[in-house]
Amino acid sequence: MVVLAPPPEKHDALRRFFANLRATPARVKDSAFRGGKPNTDRTRSTFVFGNVFLHLHPVRTHRWSLRWTATMGLGIASLAAFLITLITGVLLMFYYKPHPAIAYDSMKDIAFVVPTGNLIRNIHRWAANVMVLTVILHMARAFYTGAYRAPREFNWLIGMGLLVLTLGLSFTGYLLPWDQLAYWAITIGANIAQSPREVTDALGLTETFDVGGLQKLLLLGSDTVGEEALIRFYLLHVMILPLGLVALLSVHFWRIRKDGGLVRPADADRRLGPVHAADYPVFTEEPRKTYQLAAVVRGKSGAVARGPENTVPSMPHLFYAELAVTMLTIAICVALALVSDAPLKELANPQVPENPAKAPWYFLGLQELVAYSAFMGGVGIPGIVLLGLGLIPYLDREKDGTGEWFGGPGGKALVLQALFVGFGAALAIEAFAIRYGWLREWIPDIQQLWITVFNPGTVLTAIYAAYSIWLVKRHQSTRAGALGLFTCFLCGFVLLTIVGVWFRGPNWDFYWSPSDWPGH
Amino acid sequence: MSSNAPIKPSRLDPEPVPRRDFLGKASLWAAAATGVFATLGIARLPKAAVLSSPSRKFKVTLPENLPEGQAFVPPGRSVALFRDKEGVHAVSIVCTHLGCIVKPNANGFECPCHGSRFAADGAVTKGPAPAPLPWRKVTVDGSDCMVDEDASVPPGTKA
Repeated sequence: MVVLAPPPEKHDALRRFFANLRATPARVKDSAFRGGKPNTDRTRSTFVFGNVFLHLHPVRTHRWSLRWTATMGLGIASLAAFLITLITGVLLMFYYKPHPAIAYDSMKDIAFVVPTGNLIRNIHRWAANVMVLTVILHMARAFYTGAYRAPREFNWLIGMGLLVLTLGLSFTGYLLPWDQLAYWAITIGANIAQSPREVTDALGLTETFDVGGLQKLLLLGSDTVGEEALIRFYLLHVMILPLGLVALLSVHFWRIRKDGGLVRPADADRRLGPVHAADYPVFTEEPRKTYQLAAVVRGKSGAVARGPENTVPSMPHLFYAELAVTMLTIAICVALALVSDAPLKELANPQVPENPAKAPWYFLGLQELVAYSAFMGGVGIPGIVLLGLGLIPYLDREKDGTGEWFGGPGGKALVLQALFVGFGAALAIEAFAIRYGWLREWIPDIQQLWITVFNPGTVLTAIYAAYSIWLVKRHQSTRAGALGLFTCFLCGFVLLTIVGVWFRGPNWDFYWSPSDWPGH
Repeated sequence: MSSNAPIKPSRLDPEPVPRRDFLGKASLWAAAATGVFATLGIARLPKAAVLSSPSRKFKVTLPENLPEGQAFVPPGRSVALFRDKEGVHAVSIVCTHLGCIVKPNANGFECPCHGSRFAADGAVTKGPAPAPLPWRKVTVDGSDCMVDEDASVPPGTKA
């Protein structure tokens, strides 16, 4: 029997048009989210690799990486803080005007006139502080769990670059309000950039090889802090450094995947024990395709040989954890912004320095060192520290204790000892210099080069280096030396920062408490 | 027969450096060189050739009753002027450590930023300052003084 097609109706096209119109919302949703709801292993995978933002994640995550103590969420917290500064920063750009004549006025507008302006600025400022803190803590976590070791050496270097960019972003943001705090912090910063002259002057090279002068000129665009400096810091703050940060962040995340995920002990699977089948179904619903050979590449094969038993789908296990950390970071920044206003001092006055002129807290450790020698405190010792941190993954080629907190020879006891040595040495040298002064007070005519080479900062660095070398010998392990060195650097940073924040007053003199400061 | 006779190289023999390799390497090096020169050219722009800062040469009249040893800082300038029996001299009040403005006091100068102290002639007596405060060039013309903040003179030079 032949079925005849229904005769074409007169209004067919119009009917189809309306039918399509009714179906449009559902079809838009389908076309945007092709995989459908992530409720089977298959659609959970599609959810990850079908999304440009999520596909930096693996489809499945090892259970070890999801343990709270594995990362403490510090990396995601830094990323969240960065995203908060990005959003609030763009909002502030609606009103901020980078010219000395009006910058301060526009800051006043943001603080007192712009709707929610003050809150947004506070959140921006607090998120920047949170970011610096979490980046430092994240670095400490990566160090103490041995995450810098092969094959993750290069990502450690990228992380160091991110630390430098984070500090650079904070510093450049510091100038923009054009108040007294900003002006004098940048004057000091620009002169630190010029401080290689301390050495070239002493060697009589400044005429021919003035790297310090060049750095200051490039930074300020002039020989004083003025409109050129403001526009340069603005450009660095809103464009160059954020772009650099995003570029390095992409490499950082990508390398986590390429380097085999987050670090975990070699026997992580055994320690985690078997998976409860009800908790983490593997290969259950719709196992239509479980593995696809996308390309033949060098390196270890995927989870094929060992089976994916100890991995769980990233959606929802990893993403919900990341979301929780992000929400917590936002909550902390907003809460801090509600209780504490970002400072705005009086208009910049090039004739009268702030007294004391203090940088943000994370630079006060450096400022303490700079108060002994500008070059060593501002360029030399930070350079040595960065070099030391960068070399660690290439010198420590051991395997013991990777993925463990304080893993490696010596372990927790060694870190505890290093804490005592690090704090003790820093405290002793600070107390000595505060009580007895330094070379200039004892021998007024001394050559500057002696002070540059031999000052409390360099002595402390030398003590730390000697202690670490002793640890290498004592434990017959580079990891032991690295543990000691990193812990000492951290102690020195914390102690000098504490002294700079709470115990330095007018003229950078030592005071037990700000209530002892002389009145003006 | 002489088997040692040099064999005429054939056009089909492999070349020591294959032509393709040579061309490929040459173009890669050319691209790299272009990149280097372009970067240098780009780096040339941010290094200002003309500085926006105002002239640092100015004329000033000292107060009639300026006591000996008392500093006079002209408003908006970063030198301290002194007058004694030998004449007038100018000492820079920009700290040689990190560029803060030092404050004249009874014994010389003190820096508020990192605690450097200087004697009345600018010599460092305490703190991190790496060099003494420089003296600036002063020329006296009747009751007026011309001060050039860009020109340094040896300490002790008075006009």
